[in-house]
Amino acid sequence: MNIVVTVKQTFDTEAKIVLDGKGNIDGSGVNLVINPYDEFAIEEALKLKEKFGGEITIVSVGGEAATKAIRTALAMGCDKAVRVDDPALADADEWAVAEILGKVVSKLPYDLILSGRIAVDDGSSQVAVRLADALGVPSVSSILKLDIEGTAATVTREIDGGTELIEVKLPALFTAQKGLNEPRLPSMKGIMGAKKKEIAVQSLADAGADPGAVAAKMIVPKLSLPNPRLAGKLIPGEAPDAARELAKLLREEAKVI
Amino acid sequence: MAKGIWIIAEQSKSEIRKVSLELLSRARQIADATGEPLVAVIPGYGVADLAGKAAPYGADKVILIDDERLAKYTTGAYTSALGKLIKKEEPRAVLMGNTAVGKDLAPRLAQRLGVGMASDCTGMETDAANFLSFRRPIYGGKAFAEVAAKSVPALATIRPNTFTLAEPDPSRKPEIVKAPADIDAADLRAVVKEVALAVSARPELIEADIIISGGRGMKGPENYKILEECADVIGAAVGASRAAVDAGWIDQKFQVGQTGKTVSPTLYIACGISGAIQHLAGMGSSKVIVAVNKDPEANIFAVADYGIVGDLFEVVPLLTEEFKKLAS
Amino acid sequence: MNFELTEDHIMMREMVRDFAETEAAPGSEERDEKEEFPMELWKKCGGLGLTGVTFPEEYDGAGADYISYAITVEELSRVDASLGVTISAHSSLCANPIYIFGTEEQKKKYLAPLARGEKMGAFGLTESMAGSDASGTRTTAVRDGKDYVINGSKIFITNGYYADTYVITAQMDKSKGNKGISAFILEKGTPGFTFGKKEKKMGIRSSATYELVFENVRIPAANLLAQEGQGFKVAMTTLDYGRIGIASQALGIAQGAYEQAMKYAKEREQFGKPISALQAIQFKFADMATSIEAARLLVYQAAFIASEHKIPVSKYAAMAKVFASETANKVTTQAVQILGGYGYTRDYPLERMMRDAKITEIYEGTSEIQRVVIAASILKD
Repeated sequence: MNIVVTVKQTFDTEAKIVLDGKGNIDGSGVNLVINPYDEFAIEEALKLKEKFGGEITIVSVGGEAATKAIRTALAMGCDKAVRVDDPALADADEWAVAEILGKVVSKLPYDLILSGRIAVDDGSSQVAVRLADALGVPSVSSILKLDIEGTAATVTREIDGGTELIEVKLPALFTAQKGLNEPRLPSMKGIMGAKKKEIAVQSLADAGADPGAVAAKMIVPKLSLPNPRLAGKLIPGEAPDAARELAKLLREEAKVI
Repeated sequence: MAKGIWIIAEQSKSEIRKVSLELLSRARQIADATGEPLVAVIPGYGVADLAGKAAPYGADKVILIDDERLAKYTTGAYTSALGKLIKKEEPRAVLMGNTAVGKDLAPRLAQRLGVGMASDCTGMETDAANFLSFRRPIYGGKAFAEVAAKSVPALATIRPNTFTLAEPDPSRKPEIVKAPADIDAADLRAVVKEVALAVSARPELIEADIIISGGRGMKGPENYKILEECADVIGAAVGASRAAVDAGWIDQKFQVGQTGKTVSPTLYIACGISGAIQHLAGMGSSKVIVAVNKDPEANIFAVADYGIVGDLFEVVPLLTEEFKKLAS
Repeated sequence: MNFELTEDHIMMREMVRDFAETEAAPGSEERDEKEEFPMELWKKCGGLGLTGVTFPEEYDGAGADYISYAITVEELSRVDASLGVTISAHSSLCANPIYIFGTEEQKKKYLAPLARGEKMGAFGLTESMAGSDASGTRTTAVRDGKDYVINGSKIFITNGYYADTYVITAQMDKSKGNKGISAFILEKGTPGFTFGKKEKKMGIRSSATYELVFENVRIPAANLLAQEGQGFKVAMTTLDYGRIGIASQALGIAQGAYEQAMKYAKEREQFGKPISALQAIQFKFADMATSIEAARLLVYQAAFIASEHKIPVSKYAAMAKVFASETANKVTTQAVQILGGYGYTRDYPLERMMRDAKITEIYEGTSEIQRVVIAASILKD
């Protein structure tokens, strides 16, 4: 079974967000990690490989910094990687990234594509689903369980207030939700072996994408920081008095009860 | 020339979901300001009754796409049917709730239409330069991006509880039309075999007006019943911090935070939650925050509107009693 | 000259830290309290390859360098010094002498399962009358046909009882002093090989420290490690490398205590501001941070030399160990001081770290012995 996993490098979720002088996110000193949801996708791919054999290819769009996320995936046990890097990607939006990934993935053998359900940086939750459409394969978002038999997959998808069980023909794309599995850590041996694995770096032209044809559909966003919330009232007194006072304030002052 | 603001209305238990009505309410204001017609699109099977439920919230027109193949939501069938209708009718904007359906449908639709999209928005404005511009949280709410599309239609999903529900106007009588569902066979490769909805009288976490959440201070899974009792008195949903989920005390679907659900209720009551940055990212847009924590130095107090320094096992049951008194 | 860690080292540190914080830290206080050996964690360490960091892949190790090993022990010890020494004693004191002195058969039979973490290793050198002075060894080995027969006992053996494979020293010819000592590989379960007293210790209480007892323990001649009479050399070489492990352990304890104290000082308010705003506290942190950096440079330098094999590591390992262990003691003491009354209670991990730090000045050569080693080396030059 050949599996493609899409991977993105993101800020650590503990990171504080600061804007630089130009109003862009200041990434200096921020610890970069593999997008946490992509780890679920990688783990699921590794489990499937252990069961069915085959090869796992990591695909990523991003600069040199994304190499660390890719190396981590290779250290966890994935086999090889393609990273698309091109100056023309500076303002790429979700549409563009999906188009480019589509070009790359369409040249790889695959039975299955796995992605994280969301990237914790831009939080847009678009690229993976868009990629499925670019490739013309079915997709199921936010999966909690995946079983494969032959060319059919049975997946449990999280929906609002419950779950649903979906059957889908392979090849297909699935996005991983927390709860799908417990991602492994890379082992010492895995880390030592990762540097021997291939990371092919492709330009847009190498990937077969025309820079003009993948121009962004969204205007470059303007960023701002939220107004800091100010600490409110600490309600003094013994618990019974404090609880009574709080209930009263919520009703009469905040008017939310 | 593209025309109209479309709201893709979502249904649940034979009702239109609250988030869809919130969208209609806000879009009505924009429609009034811009003169664009407002259209509610209701895909599904046996949905004719729902047209009347969307009407009082401001739609000028309701399009029903009533087809057996749309009885249960699947990405492919909905994308196919809506994609073709949008191509044909050319609306200026297509909006839906950032729900399990919206999050899945909108990006697939966007790619098929070859357009940009704004996800999980918490604000929507109109101006001369861009018909619609959106405000959306990034980095889990630690920053915001103002975005707009160069492409048409403008496509976006809006976070539940972002817009205030308008007073329903029963005198509104929108035009109701039916549109056929044109679905490609290639888009029918996924089949929903079973839907399992949790049996709970409590509201869905992302749509709840009130959420009461427990963190590391809950000390164990058995103690969540204290929160549940309180929740049932005030009609709240129950949530949890990552610490509690990682400890295995409560299912991850209840997790609020950057790697869980992002919520913006009217009232968020944090019990035994220290207020790690990744939790604050998920609930920071709540209108009123209450914190109950034993540790006076807990971060959560820095963002709470009201705080009680005390033992949640003592305070929460007392609070439940007080809420009962208010209710009676 | 380049002081940067490689990408691999950084990834290893992140991996071990992630493991240490999510798996080892949560139960560390309870294990200390109950003197409970971290058997489950040991197995997980095996799965991550932390049990055979420096050994070549052909013996199922990770084939990484000593800096990787130092980082491993440092990161484990940063949250749990007992787990740190369990890995260190296993790797440096048992697997390593088999790797350096073992025959191909011994490496296949003993080193590979140790590196995989399927078997745990321990090292038996110390006796009641042979501490810093190995020539006092009273355990005897006698050749009997195709076998050796061993009698005597060893004390203070880290990983004792839990370990499967033991490298031990025994005297074969007392008249030759150190040159009469030989080293052997012993398997747990060999008739006559039993365990005596379990030590009740001040610190590293969740690591196991046992007495080994040998009563006519008969082992095949194939289990002789190196040649007859080379046991002292085996032991001294083993300790040279082992000191890098203990130095890394001490460094980890110091780093962990420093971070805990820093976190507290930024949160704790007195006189209307965080105590980290007080110069008296700031100067403590400045000194702590400086000592830790100096210790880290010495430890990584010794690890670098151990990997390069260009010059003898002995002096550098001794310098790293004496400096890092004294740093761990200074830093943990100051960290407890910064937390005041809280630091002295078991509500915070600092009193444990202070207790754990002490042993690093004692085992695998006391600080006094390290100075003997350093002095002998520099006076010879």
